[in-house]
Amino acid sequence: MTGRDDGGQPPLPAPSGRYPPTAAMLAEPVPEEVARAGAAQLRAAWATPRGWRYWSAVNNSEVGVWYCLTALAFMLMAGIMALIIRLQLAVPDNDLVSADRFNQLFTMHGSAMMFLFAVPMFEAVSILLLPGLLGARDMPFPRLSAFGYWCFLIGGVFVIGSIFFDVAPRAGWFMYPPLATMDEGPGSDIWLLGLSFIEVASIAAAVELIVGTLKCRPPGMRVNIMPLYAWYVLVVGGMILFAFPPLIAGDFLFELERSFDWPFFDPTRGGDPMLWQHLFWIFGHPEVYIIFLPSIAIAAMIVPTVARRPIFGYSWIVLSAVGTGFLSFGLWVHHMFTTGLPSISLGFFSAASEAVVIPTGIQIFAFLATLMAGRVRMTLPMLWISGALAIFTMGGLTGVMLALAPFDFQAHDTYFIVAHLHYTLFGGMVFPVIAGVYYFYPFFRKKLLSDRLGKWAFWLIFSGFNLTFLPMHLTGLRGMPRRVYTYPTGLGWDWLNLISTLGAFVVAAGFAVFVLDLLRPKSGQPQIPRNPWNAGTLEWSHDIPEEAWGVRSIPHVTTRYPLWDQPQMVARMDAGRYYLPDAPGARRETLVTSVIDAEPVQVQRVTGPTWITHLAAGFTGGAFIFPTFHIYWPAILCGAAAVGCILWWLWTATARPPETETRDAGLGLTLPTYAAGPASVGWWAMWITMLGDATAFASLIFGFFFYWTAQMDFPPETATGAAAGLVGLAAIAFAATWALTVGARRLNRGGRVGGARIALILAPLAAAAGAAALIGSVFDLDPRAHVYPATLWALAVWIAVHAGAGIIMQLYCLAGSLFGKLTPRHDADIWNVSLFWHFVTLSALVACAVLGLAPEAL
Amino acid sequence: MRFRPLRSRRRAAVTLVPLPALAGCGGVQSSLDVAGEDAAAIAALFVVMLVGAVVLWLLVNGAFLYTSRIAPGQIHPRHARRVLVGGGIVLPVVILTALLVHGLAILPDQRRPGDGLVVAVTGEQWWWRVEYRPPGASAPIVTANEIRLPSGRRTEFRLTSDRVIHSFWIPSLGGKMDMFPGRETMLSLAPDRTGTFRGQCAEFCGASHAWMAFAVVVMTPEDFDAWLEAEAADALPPADDAAARGRDVFAAEGCGACHAVRGTAAVGQVGPDLTHVGSRLTLGAGRSGVALGDYEDWMRHTDDLKPEVRMPAYDHLTDAQTADLAQYLKGLK
Repeated sequence: MTGRDDGGQPPLPAPSGRYPPTAAMLAEPVPEEVARAGAAQLRAAWATPRGWRYWSAVNNSEVGVWYCLTALAFMLMAGIMALIIRLQLAVPDNDLVSADRFNQLFTMHGSAMMFLFAVPMFEAVSILLLPGLLGARDMPFPRLSAFGYWCFLIGGVFVIGSIFFDVAPRAGWFMYPPLATMDEGPGSDIWLLGLSFIEVASIAAAVELIVGTLKCRPPGMRVNIMPLYAWYVLVVGGMILFAFPPLIAGDFLFELERSFDWPFFDPTRGGDPMLWQHLFWIFGHPEVYIIFLPSIAIAAMIVPTVARRPIFGYSWIVLSAVGTGFLSFGLWVHHMFTTGLPSISLGFFSAASEAVVIPTGIQIFAFLATLMAGRVRMTLPMLWISGALAIFTMGGLTGVMLALAPFDFQAHDTYFIVAHLHYTLFGGMVFPVIAGVYYFYPFFRKKLLSDRLGKWAFWLIFSGFNLTFLPMHLTGLRGMPRRVYTYPTGLGWDWLNLISTLGAFVVAAGFAVFVLDLLRPKSGQPQIPRNPWNAGTLEWSHDIPEEAWGVRSIPHVTTRYPLWDQPQMVARMDAGRYYLPDAPGARRETLVTSVIDAEPVQVQRVTGPTWITHLAAGFTGGAFIFPTFHIYWPAILCGAAAVGCILWWLWTATARPPETETRDAGLGLTLPTYAAGPASVGWWAMWITMLGDATAFASLIFGFFFYWTAQMDFPPETATGAAAGLVGLAAIAFAATWALTVGARRLNRGGRVGGARIALILAPLAAAAGAAALIGSVFDLDPRAHVYPATLWALAVWIAVHAGAGIIMQLYCLAGSLFGKLTPRHDADIWNVSLFWHFVTLSALVACAVLGLAPEAL
Repeated sequence: MRFRPLRSRRRAAVTLVPLPALAGCGGVQSSLDVAGEDAAAIAALFVVMLVGAVVLWLLVNGAFLYTSRIAPGQIHPRHARRVLVGGGIVLPVVILTALLVHGLAILPDQRRPGDGLVVAVTGEQWWWRVEYRPPGASAPIVTANEIRLPSGRRTEFRLTSDRVIHSFWIPSLGGKMDMFPGRETMLSLAPDRTGTFRGQCAEFCGASHAWMAFAVVVMTPEDFDAWLEAEAADALPPADDAAARGRDVFAAEGCGACHAVRGTAAVGQVGPDLTHVGSRLTLGAGRSGVALGDYEDWMRHTDDLKPEVRMPAYDHLTDAQTADLAQYLKGLK
């Protein structure tokens, strides 16, 4: 599998030994001294740093908890903003806060709840849970999780902190231009750059979660028996990958307009504010499901435990989740029903929006069927799930109403929408997540939360929520638009608003009880017995008291509910009978398996505690935060420093030639310790990242053709296009770069190291020439004059930036070759770089076609 | 916490607008208190959907409650499959198909062109520029911040905006339509009963989005034609000395640089046309009532009443000057 036959090199060792293990092998006891030695090695390898060094930890059990608590803290802050909003609206003609402050508050409330709570919470919970669910020791790239977390913390504090300086964004969480582009002050820039920074971290987490699910499952756990949560991670990770890039492309255009006056959304110079709406909602609607599906995933873990039987309709649920994921990309126009689009579009998107009810309904009815077929034992987590169902179905039913365009003409942008979206988000996110907290708390803290306080919190939040948001439906139908900082009396809104405000404080009281229960010291409380809910999935096999290694040995899993169906498994895991029961050299390792069948293919080294992620995140933060204040030189220096940190981190900790080429993985199986190309997790991560990158590029191309179809004067009759000769030159140079990069990989694998190095010297030169030619081709055009030259410039800049990154990668490989990190047998780096260049070359050629050929064709 | 007394002098416009049906689902801005074909069709659709939603909600949550609390007995997996297929697929497919056919059938009606009168409305920050274009008229009749419509006819609105996106919405008459800079969108409304209603901007448009409203008066066609003829005329001359002094203050302060009063030297196009401001039901685009005190208040405290509004506060005028100016403007019937 690993030995790509590109040259005369001996292939890397393949897995050898007996797989799958026989019953006799599993029954054989482990000698006690072997077990003790293995445990000691593992303990040393996975020890969590102590003292102030604790913060250098990268293990998922630490980073996941920080991530969850940080997202919770942001949620509470955004909740306090909501309380101020409700106080302001409690009575008509109120002046508790000024109009400007109010506008900052609701913008930040929405932005923080979406970008600093809902999406990060999915990532946080998944980072925390996924290795447990999959019997893995950690995520495949722990430092990437840590880097993502520190980026999230820095970016989140920056964005939410702006409210204290009265400079918060104030154009609404969807930042419609021209209002947002014309806004004076740094608010819009803080939103754009701060959140872009966090979006990048989100994509990084998504890549890691997808690779973790695909490649780090325990041996034997074929895709059709993996826990449903893992399926949802896969679906949601994929959605993030295709949904966030259009927004990042939109942010890119938006910030170019804000900073350099390139008129993408300015109708006086050929731009169109509708492009932002399309790009935003192509992101924004899948976003709703990105938030909702992980919560269904939590329910899918709790329901079988409560029903004490396997989930009913496993494949139905998986297909529905995938279907929801696909459909969610075809609904975005229902956020734009009142923009004057043709009736045929409205009809189509109405029907598509209704269609998404079906997969959602299947998932809900599968849970119902599971409960009906099982022996229900009501627990506190299930109480929260019931509340979630009651609230979510209501949000879903108002969603069915709103999906019908004519009804939306009335309800759009009113408090009816505010009610609807809070019903879907509380029912589809907040309640299931709290259910998950109560359910999984014993998994990561080995204690139980209070049943009594949990019930108090539930009834306070549930009743307060309905008190707040049920009246809002009527408020909206009575004509109250959303986002008004106050309203006159006499319109029939006064009492309704007062009730909503009272309800909001009941919700707040409920959250106070919940947070109190969560954070109260529990040192006096006894540890729970193992598997307190008597669940069937792998995460409940974790040791008590807790060990940082995750699982003592990585089991061979053959059923969906191994703790129910493989009775001796836990004892054998504890005994170290299964895979990787030791850690020679105190190295952190986890098992890599094949994508579909989960056959063991490699023992992957996993990175340990470090400070480099903090430095990298800090400098990345600087690179995003300085431009907010139009300070560019420090931003560029920070960007360079961030790249330097990341290179150092990669150089010292990833894809290093291993000390030994194989490793005894236990149960008579010998596995390679190094993989390159499609067998390696790094290659998959690159592939997945580049899918996201290609989506962002496709969004820019979409923008070009959107202008072409929507604007009469695109391109303007008098416009000059890009210089065709230079565009042609760029295309040739990029093609040459690709050939040289791929050639270098083949030469290197074939043992012709000298030739590979020469190719790696020529490739960056060709890439630089291509980038220079592409920029040169548009250099004489004025991007501020009209959207047409601005679009050409944007495409050229996008490609040039990617070429820059590609050049750094090529030089990294060259240095690797010179200093012994990249050898003919250990060539993971150049595989990944070639893959990067496949995508960039394709993008570059498309860009060249648009720049060079489109003006002729249009 | 400072709650402003509700009965302040700066009371809002709506208190002065006659409220036809405050009880029940009423209100001058309620989509449920219908006064037009489009709003009626949507309200009827809503009632159907509401009933359906309540039934479905009770069904799903009732089943859930029953199985988890009341009778947690086991059913055979074959029945469980029926639950999944019946509830998850058959039920929604049937219901949604019926709903789409029923609901989308009214869509073409909602997008019909008008049958004569065209009203062009431009959204500004934060007021409405209104032009009546009756069939056959040579020049549009310009006014602001109020819409008058004939009942029993379908009036077509051509909507645009000067800087940012707004949304034009009269809930009692029908759905809303966004207004974009550099683009024209279309909406038509067919009021079927006379009365006074309220419209409001529905798309967030900046600091004073909350105060971008307008009065809507639906009149009989005869009354409407008479009103439009009067609206087309030039401004009335000042009726008394105070108003005449006010006219001089208006000229001296340069109000005409931004506001037009037809038949006078004031031809500004930046702010609302004031030719017949005295006949309107609200001041400041639905911000205040139209007592003399409201006029004075508006001129002195524009930014308090409407944050970040472009009109400066004329608080340097003497009380007498302000009173005269108010008298003049109120006389522009």
